[in-house]
Amino acid sequence: MKRFLIPLAIFLLLVAILGYALLNLDPREVPSPLIGKPAPAFDLPQLAQPEQKFSPASMRGRVWLLNVWASWCVSCREEHPVLVQFSRTGTVPLYGLNYKDARADGLRWLAQFGDPYIASAFDNDGRVGIDYGVYGVPETYVIDKAGVIRYKQIGPVTPEALEKKILPLVKELEKS
Amino acid sequence: MIPEIGLFALCLALFFAAVQGVVPLVGVGRNSASLMSLGRSAAQGQWLLIAIAFGCLTYAFVANDFSVAYVAEHSNSALPLAYRVAAVWGGHEGSLLLWALMLASWTLAVSLLSRALPEAMVARVMAVLGLVSFGFLLFIVTTSSPFERLLPAAADGRDLNPLLQDPGLVIHPPMLYMGYVGFSVAFAFAIAALLSGQLDAAWARWSRPWTTTAWVFLTLGVGLGSGWAYYTLGWGGWWFWDPVENASFMPWLVGTALVHSLAVTEKRGAFKNWTVLLAIGAFSLSLLGTFLVRSGVLTSVHAFASDPRRGIFILLFLAVVIGASLFLFAWRAPKVGLGGRFALISRETLLLVNNVLLVVAAGSVLLGTLYPLFIDALGLGKLSVGPPYFQTVFVPLMVPLLFLIGLGPSARWKEASVSDLKVRLGWAFGLALIAGVGLPFLFGNWSPMVALSLLLATWILAATVVDIRHRLKSAGRAPASFWGMHLAHVGIAVFVIGVTLVKGYESEKDVRMAPGDTVHVGGYSVRLIGVKEAMGPNYRAMVGEVELSEGGRVLRSLHPEKRNYFSSQMPMTEAAIDTGIFRDVYVSLGEPVGEADGSGAWSVRVHHKPFVDWIWAGCFLMALGGVLAVADRRYRLKGKSNNGNPS
Repeated sequence: MKRFLIPLAIFLLLVAILGYALLNLDPREVPSPLIGKPAPAFDLPQLAQPEQKFSPASMRGRVWLLNVWASWCVSCREEHPVLVQFSRTGTVPLYGLNYKDARADGLRWLAQFGDPYIASAFDNDGRVGIDYGVYGVPETYVIDKAGVIRYKQIGPVTPEALEKKILPLVKELEKS
Repeated sequence: MIPEIGLFALCLALFFAAVQGVVPLVGVGRNSASLMSLGRSAAQGQWLLIAIAFGCLTYAFVANDFSVAYVAEHSNSALPLAYRVAAVWGGHEGSLLLWALMLASWTLAVSLLSRALPEAMVARVMAVLGLVSFGFLLFIVTTSSPFERLLPAAADGRDLNPLLQDPGLVIHPPMLYMGYVGFSVAFAFAIAALLSGQLDAAWARWSRPWTTTAWVFLTLGVGLGSGWAYYTLGWGGWWFWDPVENASFMPWLVGTALVHSLAVTEKRGAFKNWTVLLAIGAFSLSLLGTFLVRSGVLTSVHAFASDPRRGIFILLFLAVVIGASLFLFAWRAPKVGLGGRFALISRETLLLVNNVLLVVAAGSVLLGTLYPLFIDALGLGKLSVGPPYFQTVFVPLMVPLLFLIGLGPSARWKEASVSDLKVRLGWAFGLALIAGVGLPFLFGNWSPMVALSLLLATWILAATVVDIRHRLKSAGRAPASFWGMHLAHVGIAVFVIGVTLVKGYESEKDVRMAPGDTVHVGGYSVRLIGVKEAMGPNYRAMVGEVELSEGGRVLRSLHPEKRNYFSSQMPMTEAAIDTGIFRDVYVSLGEPVGEADGSGAWSVRVHHKPFVDWIWAGCFLMALGGVLAVADRRYRLKGKSNNGNPS
């Protein structure tokens, strides 16, 4: 009988993990442990100009947004027009983190759908993404003048999220 | 008033499901024919009630009743009628109702087409299906009623997600759900067999046409979903390893294993426990897929609004249904005999390897889908698993599987002779070798992956021809199921050719095009004539006029669109595709880039995709093969045992 119990045992383990995940983890709502902490430092080549680098340190003294995206990410397509439109307003600098992507794919993607970013850092092996606790692409971080992460949007930036959460926060941070 | 009738019908259906789930089992216990037959009547009544509820919801959509919250969220008065009907299953609540309707329809079909089966068997099957339906209806009524009122009523609806405003929505979810839910019948037969303790060949024969039918629907559903993604997402991909896609693919893999394993159980009485376990597994994965999609534990393209109560309910339901089934399995399986013996080299062994490979493939997809969740749950951090993982794991598993497809049908049951197989299939393998090595040169550059894939596809085709010739020579004719099997295998070969050639030789260009500009891709010239504004029923579109020509000869004009839907402000890319047997030319509009200099230029993306339609043609052939297999007359001859048709 014992070996016939194996499927049941595997299944119960699966249910336990799923139950735990359901009750304790929420990929969308749980605030990132990084909120209120300094944005992890990095120094990555830029997507469009590999010879130039981008580092969050260069943004000290400004409130800015970091958007994690990838050409293979389907939800990014949903979000992208919102970002393109938003970038035209020039309210706040928007930088991209091109996550686990091939350079050619990323560039092609921007050519096709428009480039809302001042620049995108090229995180080919996803190492910076791990530092930032990227779970699913897209994610967007609001970083204040002192280089501290103040908000993290998990999933696509919607016009509502921009209107209700991100922009008010940016305004407030810019005052201080 | 109408929505209240719908809700009432749903509650009544819940009661009927409870009756259907309990009374027939009591009837089996007491050996009472009248109680057993109540299962059938309850199933038929339940179907009628769910159909009424579904009709009421459809009516609310057609009549633009925005006092119903679900309608207000997923429809709009400007939405065309066909999409208003399809919007019934465009959201969470309605798609669950569609699930319930499909389950009731399968149950109805079983209740009508099972006259030849022993009454006690039918009673058990009805009871299992009734209990599953009870769980689903309870879920709908308690957490996800589509009939909830919105007071005061909305002036207009929020509109259906533009991604879903496509003919694909009308047909893809119903097909997929038919497949998903159809495995409940195989599951019910397996549980009924476990309950009765009679796991014999008869059980496998009853269950086989149902399983194959469900598999046909699932094949079409997954194929349609992939085709839909290809032309609506506007970037030419056809499979993304998205959690929701995986949720439909895993039951397909296990279902495919089940279809093959059932053949062994029916013909040779072997693999009985294994077959039962696969039947439980296929349906469990369908339920797990529903959980993953509906609970919001995973983020995906199909981002659905999630409510933790719903997740908990489905998880408990999952735990009860699958847990109880696996417990029953652990309790009853040890008493089941092993069935016909077979030698190391035999069709049984080959099918066993096929099963193992398919199950491992399904397991690796499951692992990849849930891995981020596991790691997160164990507090080891957050990570993402993308296409690189799936491709790395999946391809090595598929190579031996494809090789076996050529070998299996020619191998004898019980014991096959290796030298015999060598003689018979030798030239097929030789041909495949030549084709694999040579064909890539025809397309330009030679690469080992393309060569290997074409070798395997040619091998399947050649081995199929060998087996058909052998069969016709020795027996003169063959039953429908034989042709069905081979057609499905040919479908696999066609699918492999499509995937390989499109992956190996597709080309694309992203260019800035002003009116009059021409771009050359894959031997075709694409000229942008101009972009005009046009109005749709609920959107404004920029429509490109593009001329496609080859060697100076104009083939046709294409009209890619960029749409802006009024209600959601969401831009949508509608690619224009010139479909051909050997290639697609795929044109999509990007962004207007000529605003600054007034040139009217757009960024345009043009793909040349050789053989891409073979991917879906392959899926269609597989499904058609399944239809032929089900049409085999031996399933309609009641009680007559068959005499060893290989299938």
